Amino acid sequence: MAYVAIADRDHEIEHHAPTTFITKYIWSQDHKVIAIQYAVTALFVGLVALILSGMMRLQLGFPNSFSFITPIDYYQFITMHGMIMVIFLLTALFLGGFGNYLIPLMIGSRDMVFPYMNMLSYWVYLVSVIVLLTSFFVPGGPTGAGWTLYPPQAILPGTPGTDWGIVLMLGSLALFIVAFTMGGLNYVTTILQARTRGMTMMRLPLSLWGIFMATILGLLAFPALFVSAVMMTLDKAAGTSFFMPAVMSMGENLSHEGGSPILFQHLFWFFGHPEVYIVALPAFGLVSDLLSTHARKNIFGYRMMVWAILAIGGLSFIVWAHHMYVSGMNPYFGFFFATTTLIIAVPTAIKVYNWVLTLWQGNIRLTVPMLFAIGFIFTFTHGGLTGIFLGNVVVDLPLSDTYFVVAHFHMVMGVSPIMVVFGSIYHWYPKITGKMFNQTLGKVHFWITFLGTYAIYLPMHYLGFLGVPRRYFAMGDTEFMPESAFTLNQSITISALIVGAAQLIFLYNIIVSLKKGKDAGPNPWQATTLEWQTPDTPPKHGNWGPELPVVHRWAYDYSVPGYHDDFIPQNVPADATPATSEHGSDT
Amino acid sequence: MTFALVFLAIIMATVIGWLLRQTLNTQPWEANDPVENQPGRGVISSDPAKIGLISFIAVVTSLFALFLSAYLMRMKLGDWRPLPEPNLLWLNTAILVLASFAFQLTRGAATRGQLLTVKIGLVAGGACTSLFLLGQLVAWQQLNASGYFMAGNPANSFFYLLTALHGLHLLGGMWVWGRTTMRLFAGADTRSVRLSVELCAVYWHYLLFVWVGLFALLLST
Ligand code: HEM
Ligand SMILES: [Cu+2]
Repeated sequence: MAYVAIADRDHEIEHHAPTTFITKYIWSQDHKVIAIQYAVTALFVGLVALILSGMMRLQLGFPNSFSFITPIDYYQFITMHGMIMVIFLLTALFLGGFGNYLIPLMIGSRDMVFPYMNMLSYWVYLVSVIVLLTSFFVPGGPTGAGWTLYPPQAILPGTPGTDWGIVLMLGSLALFIVAFTMGGLNYVTTILQARTRGMTMMRLPLSLWGIFMATILGLLAFPALFVSAVMMTLDKAAGTSFFMPAVMSMGENLSHEGGSPILFQHLFWFFGHPEVYIVALPAFGLVSDLLSTHARKNIFGYRMMVWAILAIGGLSFIVWAHHMYVSGMNPYFGFFFATTTLIIAVPTAIKVYNWVLTLWQGNIRLTVPMLFAIGFIFTFTHGGLTGIFLGNVVVDLPLSDTYFVVAHFHMVMGVSPIMVVFGSIYHWYPKITGKMFNQTLGKVHFWITFLGTYAIYLPMHYLGFLGVPRRYFAMGDTEFMPESAFTLNQSITISALIVGAAQLIFLYNIIVSLKKGKDAGPNPWQATTLEWQTPDTPPKHGNWGPELPVVHRWAYDYSVPGYHDDFIPQNVPADATPATSEHGSDT
Repeated sequence: MTFALVFLAIIMATVIGWLLRQTLNTQPWEANDPVENQPGRGVISSDPAKIGLISFIAVVTSLFALFLSAYLMRMKLGDWRPLPEPNLLWLNTAILVLASFAFQLTRGAATRGQLLTVKIGLVAGGACTSLFLLGQLVAWQQLNASGYFMAGNPANSFFYLLTALHGLHLLGGMWVWGRTTMRLFAGADTRSVRLSVELCAVYWHYLLFVWVGLFALLLST
């Protein structure tokens, strides 16, 4: 039998639309419903993490004023805040949320190739979240080891939550990895196998390239976290000494002997650095599409953008030890990792230039998604530049573990991806719900968040230069901190509280617009990609009605001269339009 | 970490190399009409389940490679005392080879539509695998009986951990095996189980390969 791609076997495959409420919205195998389940769950835990950060800021800005925040609480808040934000919010939202929603729609498929596994993926993720949150209610509370969970302190008495908290944390991570692997296998296979006719890899919107590469990174890097979680659990529960050196604790020799904490650091960061790109690559992809659509201009250098994503993905596996410059490593290793770190900045910088060049001479529409996309270029550039500082061993040594690092990683992997999350939610909201959100509220939300995050994080760079260490409950009286540093801390806290509260505007907007929003129509942004060309808005089960779309062009035919609209959807036949090859990759 | 890096480099190089071939020499901005029945360029002509399995194998490879990296790094520290591997492991290895062999035969029989051979092959494969798992448990017991406890020495810890991990992956395979066998004995024809049998065969070969690698490492250190 000659091979027929599954995209062309559409008529042989039966599609049963679910009929009951439960199969439709709860045990659903529809990628759109699963996407929303993922997104809502992730935003919910994200809110928890946001509240935790507010509590930490209260303590830092006004030490000794809040008796309900003890040093133990502070460590637990830090740990849960960091872990939730990085893994349970951003990773889950970008891949489980946007990945699930956009992959089948953008490639012109009816669903993921393994819908059942997709459903399982969400439910295991939910269990992992529940396990994580349970640790707030167990004796001893959640672990306070810091999101890096470094042994030996992570499992030694004296660190908060070493009875239950750390075990629940490790268990929850293991579950998350299982969930992610089930989802990830789906995303990769679907992109490879279920693309509709004409949808070549090079016609994929950049969103999908970002999600695709991030998924591959996740599939290969999460095992490192899994390995370290398993071995740490055994050290804790079975008395092994994988990571645990001989230690005296409270005057007694523990049974551990000879283990290597550095081994843990290697494993953790072998996962940890790619993790940064697991969050960043989808953001890169999504923001490219937002910029192109709202600037009415093709993305500058599409192929270069794809290759940059591939290069970043490949390189991200050989830079991990830049997180370990202070662990006493061989200087030649430090040199090696500093070099690779600076090399990875090259494709990253190319992407930034291309985003800016996409805007240049575009017909920019300052919609809410566009504001967030441009905001991303700012925050990402700032965070990226401080990354170049920290990538160099000699600069990193004095700055390591100071607020400079806190400022750096919040800009580059906290605020920037969050900008894209908001931009993308606003951008696809009309498709997901069929309604338009309130533009004014959206703009207010943007300006408070954008300016507010600068008010929070710019001063932190300065605090870092002063030498203020991170993960400190209170600074007390110190020689090196001038009075101004304390007032700065207060101002940071006030900004953080304002930014935190401003997120309620966002929640209000997306919830109220569900009911009160105006009907958005099928394609309010006049975008070219397939998800805007569905017969129904929001798309129904099976997405496409009787016939799958056929793709004739790339995703970036904006402002093509001689065509009656300033955009040509991907499924418009080639002869319906003026020859586009002359217009080439620039305008 | 060198070990894990080599493996990951191979996987990444394959992925990126394949992707580059899809992306070089294309002019994405040119519009054209795809030919009837011609999928997007660069579709791998295979069943989605196979691609899924291959991707899963890549993930498992990454997992084992990282464990082995950890093994090699931990081994260099002073307190490592190798443990004597029970001879039983040789027998277990032979049994696992048989299992793999049985699945290979079944795969061929399934393509040719020989129902009886498929049934026998599947049962034999499953039986050998169960025997292997049982054998591993006995090997654990022998070690325990002679005082090589899990927490005694990192070499012991790794031994238990790696064998357990490998066994769990086999158990996962047994789940698919169980469903396939049940369907077959409930009257399904060979066509409808062909794909499952083929996937099982690939997975078993892969786990045999992993086991041989693990065993060699355990023996030599
Ligand atoms: C308004 C938003 C946010 C505020 C006010 C905030 C505040 C903080 C504070 C006060 C700390 C502890 C610093 C210390 O004492 O060392 C912290 C740590 C951290 N935050 Fe955030 N954060 C925010 C958003 C995010 C986001 C979106 C991410 C996602 C990547 C993130 C990731 C982290 C991580 C990884 C840590 C380190 C935890 C650790 O040291 O173990 N934060 N944040
Ligand atoms: Cu890094």
